[in-house]
Amino acid sequence: MLEITTNHYLVLSLLLFAIGLVGIATRRNMITVLMSIELILNSVNLNLIAFSYQHSDLTGQIFAIFTITVAAGEAAVGLGILIAFFRLRETANLDAAVELKG
Amino acid sequence: MDALVAAGPAILFYLFAALAVICAVGVVTMRNPMYGALFLLGTFLSIAALFLLRHAEFLAIVQIFVYGGGIMVLFLFVIMLVNLHRLRDTRMFGGPWPAVIVLAVLLLGLFGWVFVQAHFDKGLTQPEMFTSFIDQQGRLHENAGNSQAVAWALYTRNLLPFEIASIFLLVAMIGAVVLGRRQ
Repeated sequence: MLEITTNHYLVLSLLLFAIGLVGIATRRNMITVLMSIELILNSVNLNLIAFSYQHSDLTGQIFAIFTITVAAGEAAVGLGILIAFFRLRETANLDAAVELKG
Repeated sequence: MDALVAAGPAILFYLFAALAVICAVGVVTMRNPMYGALFLLGTFLSIAALFLLRHAEFLAIVQIFVYGGGIMVLFLFVIMLVNLHRLRDTRMFGGPWPAVIVLAVLLLGLFGWVFVQAHFDKGLTQPEMFTSFIDQQGRLHENAGNSQAVAWALYTRNLLPFEIASIFLLVAMIGAVVLGRRQ
């Protein structure tokens, strides 16, 4: 109980992942959905760090840096899309994005 | 007092883990995205503290700089740029939310059971590995610091992914500028 093992980090990461998943699927607000994606990427980073410590291997930390890079690019492009969409529709509701609906 | 010091890392882990989960729940449940973004900042900072507890000092700082600084400013900027009153969800849950809740609970149950049951060997845990590196002449540098060890690994073995990441950032930057441009 007093020793923090890799399992603790895995369970915490799973909790954050599940919360992010619920956020992506249930919220209709694009900004909240993007923030939930950031939560999921952070939970992945927690796993990488926990296993990096577990195996005493720096590669996990290196990989987490690349994950942060991808998250930064994803946030920039996602928010750019959101601004373009808001300019077109005057709303950020996902239900308004129906152009591709058959 | 000694028992408290010995239990320090565990207390800090539970504190920041609880903070991260509470803030994550706040991100998902707040109707106002501004409050959600501030809760997200709390999650980022808690996770940075959890990185520190796993001897990833450089990554903790990167987490605060990139997430707490860059990405958070980006989110707040966009939230303030678009009309806040139109951003509120008309309803809290939309779409196939019962199926999603069931899926999330199943995920929690299945993987949670596996993670609790799993047993990892503790013998490999050597935090000093994170502060030392071996240079090209084969010399071992000990106590060099986590930043130097990460830099050494990043610029030697992982140079190609590093360059690809820089190209990726360039592409993302151009994409964001093109998308945000007024027609």
